[in-house]
Amino acid sequence: MEVKIKLKSLKELKELRNKVQKEMEMRDQGTNPEIIVGMGTCGIAAGARDILKTILEEVDRRNIDLRVTQTGCIGMCEKEPLIDVKMPGKKRITYGNLSTDDIKKIIAEHVINGNIVKDLVIAKHEA
Amino acid sequence: MRELILHILDIIENSREAGADLIKLKIFEQPEQDSLKIFLEDNGSGIDKDKIEDITDPFVTSRTTREVGLGLSLFKEAAERCGGNFNIISKKGKGTEVMVEFSYNHIDRAPLGDIITTLTSFIAVNGDSIDLMYRHKFKNREFCFDSREVKKELDGISIQSGKIIGWIKNYLKDCFAEIYGGED
Repeated sequence: MEVKIKLKSLKELKELRNKVQKEMEMRDQGTNPEIIVGMGTCGIAAGARDILKTILEEVDRRNIDLRVTQTGCIGMCEKEPLIDVKMPGKKRITYGNLSTDDIKKIIAEHVINGNIVKDLVIAKHEA
Repeated sequence: MRELILHILDIIENSREAGADLIKLKIFEQPEQDSLKIFLEDNGSGIDKDKIEDITDPFVTSRTTREVGLGLSLFKEAAERCGGNFNIISKKGKGTEVMVEFSYNHIDRAPLGDIITTLTSFIAVNGDSIDLMYRHKFKNREFCFDSREVKKELDGISIQSGKIIGWIKNYLKDCFAEIYGGED
């Protein structure tokens, strides 16, 4: 099975590639915050796909340097959808029972301003 | 799960945890033959022979293993509830294949759902380490997408960058418009 990408789209892709490269050169590498999304069966059934979608949209919209990764079931199925926020050098915070509005709040207050959103926290772990 | 693509996302998560770096997804829609087929294939660590028998039994699997939970049983149940069938083949060390067929027009069949958002989100998070080959057929029209082909053009730039993901979204949108040809 051979896959061919159409020529017009390819041209766009190449232009984008060069743009992205310029942006990356300007960015500071290494010490990025990270959000980990629970994507086990329990997470997906509780709405993790839309949680992930909202995180990616916020990252894009606010143009922040944030690593987004996913994990399987961590044994807190009843608290799904949940995410972990890891700020460089700080404790890893687990947030649970989340809505997409909660995600916007967490990104604005925790990731950008560095303040933990206390009422959504379900666990704290050592860094 | 209210969308079939969420079952697919769930199985893909199994593949990711099984260490796969290539996932192949095929969706064949044949409304005239009342058939909707979904094929998933990975090159992950595979499942032991003695486990595969029980893999879709929610009580056996969810208790004995961590890496395989309820997901496969739910997918199987979703297919069988609407006159379909479910098959899984796995070879330890080689990978796993899941094949599911639904009765296309069955009243209880969940819609495919938001395929583009789901797959592009997966690529946005895992695209650097896991490749996705995706083929979608509707009646006699089809398209293919292969993240390895995109990477060739990117020449070292991450496929997970927002702008590239945006491009993939638009590309898939065009592909769908073409195969559905105005009708949805």
